[in-house]
Order: sequence, then structure tokens, then C-alpha cells
Amino acid sequence: MFAANFEYLRATSLAEAHRLLAANPGAKLLAGGHSLVPLLKLRLAAPPAVIDIGPITELRGIAGQGDSLRIGALTTHAAVAASAEVRTSAAALAEAAAGVGDPAVRNRGTIGGNIAHADPASDLPTVLVALDAAVVAVGPKGERTIPAAEFFTGIMTTALRDNEIVAAVVVPMSKRGVGSAYVKFAHPASRYAVVGAAARVAVNKGTCAEVQVAVGGLVPHARRASAVERALTGQPAEAASFQAAAARVREDLGGDVNGDVFASAEYRAAMAPVYVKRALAAAAARAGLT
Amino acid sequence: MKVPITISINGRARSAEVEPRLLLVQFLRDVLGLTGTKIGCDTSQCGACMVLLDGIAVKSCTCLAVQADGCAVTTIEGLASNGQLSALQEAFWEKHGLQCGFCTPGMIFAAYELLRTNPNPSPEQIRHGLEGNMCRCTGYQNIVRAVQAAAAAGGRA
Ligand SMILES: Cc1cc2nc3c(=O)[nH]c(=O)nc-3n(C[C@H](O)[C@H](O)[C@H](O)COP(=O)(O)OP(=O)(O)OC[C@H]3O[C@@H](n4cnc5c(N)ncnc54)[C@H](O)[C@@H]3O)c2cc1C
Ligand code: FES
Ligand code: FES
Repeated sequence: MFAANFEYLRATSLAEAHRLLAANPGAKLLAGGHSLVPLLKLRLAAPPAVIDIGPITELRGIAGQGDSLRIGALTTHAAVAASAEVRTSAAALAEAAAGVGDPAVRNRGTIGGNIAHADPASDLPTVLVALDAAVVAVGPKGERTIPAAEFFTGIMTTALRDNEIVAAVVVPMSKRGVGSAYVKFAHPASRYAVVGAAARVAVNKGTCAEVQVAVGGLVPHARRASAVERALTGQPAEAASFQAAAARVREDLGGDVNGDVFASAEYRAAMAPVYVKRALAAAAARAGLT
Repeated sequence: MKVPITISINGRARSAEVEPRLLLVQFLRDVLGLTGTKIGCDTSQCGACMVLLDGIAVKSCTCLAVQADGCAVTTIEGLASNGQLSALQEAFWEKHGLQCGFCTPGMIFAAYELLRTNPNPSPEQIRHGLEGNMCRCTGYQNIVRAVQAAAAAGGRA
């Protein structure tokens, strides 16, 4: 397949990327290319220019920042999955990154590209919403921090403005007694999430003291499951409470469930409590380990 | 519109002026005539186009040639040295890890990537490591055996 022709521009700094964006209306940023290149080949996208931000080294890497981890936008899924810090302090994110596509996709795809693309079947948005992460967006006049829950606004739509670039994702680290997990029903061909569930649970003396849950894959964009969170908070950390709380996810889904040729909306909605229950149990088990 | 690029291919610098839309796999096959790298699905699913980009396995149908500018690429033509097959190539031959051979260059790089990150994989880990590669002939059994044999023989190279 051949993409329509476009002009290729390369940025080696954020400032240069902003200058190129301003000078080339309609241009698309290119990170790992594992969502954009397929779109170009299918001619679902035909921008006049593509700005390759791959060489911007300042956007790469994982570093501690207070009680959080700051993950540069160009950090690949493989690097996130392999990071010891992410695995210990945000296990759900490491788990989601390790389950994206296949090894070659994880070697190229980036966390910034994944969230900017905002495919409803993506894995990372669900985790970032559950963990109360924030997105650092840089515009020509400076940066702003957008809570993940406000960043995703619809199918493939985000709160990012045309002249903004995702610079990093900031993820709060789990403390002692807190565990997180991500589980998904993976599409057998692409591995995208048909249903994805992420949870972070704080366990104190056998009780679920704090509960954060999000679902994705089956709704237009990842969202918090607050009915589940309310139902589990204060309950004993045991299978019966996870199951009872997970059943409440129906209230969080409302009438917004997507269906397609692979899995109907009804089927996905029926699977949601199963995956939420598994995510809760895995997160609580990890809380006991930390 | 065309952009000058220089890529080290199997240790030799190759320069060309290419359209930005040219895929890395098209550069290898159509510009350089290195047809060992295959195009199967052309949609990032099958792994037939896998090569090493700076030592890491990637799907070259989902990478623009301009993105590889300044990088080093290894294709299946570059794995043997002085007529000596690499451990993985030898193992695929020994264990009959192929029938038609169309998937084999990609499979070998997927296996290379797996052994790079996990030198002693279990059969289950091998199957997961090859998740992004499809074979329509072998049923995968002998491919898994070939990767096990290469690991036992001391590695990928
Ligand atoms: C075969 C296959 C299987 C996959 N399976 C999964 C899966 O199971 N789960 C999953 O979550 N994903 C999956 N993906 C998608 C993968 O995670 C992509 O890598 C990711 O969605 C996009 O990241 P990228 O770096 O490749 O972005 P690109 O393709 O380069 O860009 C994607 C979009 O984001 C914009 N963009 C990129 N970076 C920035 C930035 N820093 N600031 C602002 N905008 C930016 C681009 O302009 C473009 O519109 C799969 C992809 C493939 C090809
Ligand atoms: S041709 Fe590249 S993955 Fe199939
Ligand atoms: S040997 Fe024929 S496709 Fe694998």
C-alpha cells in the first residue's frame, strides 16, 4: 500500500516541533508510527506534511518526580514494560504496556502516541485514568497538566489542542499496602482490548481502604467505574466483595457500550464485570505483597 | 519532495533519495533488491517484513524509510557471516522450522528479539514471543523446537 505523498519534516527539539507545526497547517506529528503509518497507508489520513518528533531526546525516558513517575512521551511500550520503577510502583501500567500488540509493536509504539491517538481499544488510557495519572501538554507558550480523566474526551479525541504536543505522562507511585493491576480480553488478532479493566486498591488490615477502577475497550473512551469504587470501599479484601462490587460496573457503563463484528455490545457488557473482578483481585493481592 | 537518506544495511552504508512515503520494506526490496525481507499482510500483523533496526526487531512495513535514516538495519541477507549460517538459521534448518519459507526471515528476527531479551525461554514464552508472526505452513511446532535448539546451542547469533 502507498500513502499519499506528504512532506517530511524532522524536529530535534520541542521548540523546533512547535515552529514546524505553526508553519505547516494540517501537519501530523509522527512518533513510533504504529498508528499513524497504517492510517497513511490506508489513506484514512493524508496530511500535507508529517513532522517526525522521534529524534527529540528530551521526550524519552522515565524518571522519579516526587511521589510520581514522569514518563517521556517517546518512551516505547517495551521500555515501560521493562522498567523496574514502573513494575514496582505502577504495576498496572507495566502490565498494560507488556500486553500491547506484539514485541515488534512494543519496540516502536510510544506512550505519547498511544494516548494522543486515543483509540477506544487502547490499553494505556484505561490504566492512566485508573491511576489518576496526568498528561503534560506543551504548547508554544508553555505547558499545562491535564488529568487523564479529562484528557480522553471521545473516540479518538482528546483535550489536546492543535498546537500542543504531549511531552510526558505523570503517574503517581503506589505506596506500601497499595497494589494495581490491568487485565484485558485481548482481540485474538491485534491484541487490542475488547474489554480492559485497571484497578488500584489500598488494603489496610484486610479492608479495601481506597479503590480506583477504570474500564476501557468497550466504551468510547476510558472512564472511571465509580459505582464499583463506592461498592468496594470499606469492604473486606476477599473474592465475594470483588465479585459484588464488579457487578456494579453496569451502572458505570450506562448505555454507552460499543459493539462490532467481533463482539456485540451485549457480550462486551456481560464480560465487563468478569474483567473488573479479576483486576480488583489481582490489585488487592499485590497490595498484600508490597 | 524527495529526501536524502543514508542507512547502514548489513554493515554497508547505502544512500538514496526517497519519497517520504516509501516504506522501509519497499526501500529494502525495491530500491536495494534485498528481497529476503517479505511483505505478507502489509498491515503490521504477520511479521514477514521483520528486520533489525539498530539491533531491535521491527516490522518494516510499518516504518518509513526516512525514519531509519542514520540507523543500522540487519536483514536476513546479513545474518550469515562468511558463508556460515547463524545459530538461529542453523536451528531452523536442523529442526525443519519451515516449509515454504515465506515467514522464515521474519520468524528468525522475532526469535532473535526473544533470545535478546530472554536467552532461555520456555516453549510457552517462545509462543508468546512469536505472537506477532504468522506461519501458514508449519503449525508452529517445529518453529518452537528450532528456537529451543538455538537457545540450547548458546544463542541467536
Ligand atoms: C499490529 C498492532 C497491534 C497493536 N495492538 C495494540 C494493543 O493491543 N493495545 C494498544 O494500546 N495499542 C496497540 N497498538 C497501537 C500502538 O500502541 C501504537 O504504537 C500507538 O497507539 C501509537 O503510538 P505511536 O508512537 O506509534 O504513535 P504514532 O503512530 O506515531 O502517532 C499516533 C497519533 O498520535 C499523534 N502523536 C504521536 N505522538 C504525539 C505527541 N507526543 N504529542 C501529540 N501527538 C502525538 C500523531 O500525530 C498521530 O496522530 C497496536 C498497533 C499495531 C500496529
Ligand atoms: S508485512 Fe509487515 S507485518 Fe505483515
Ligand atoms: S513456512 Fe510457509 S508460511 Fe511459514
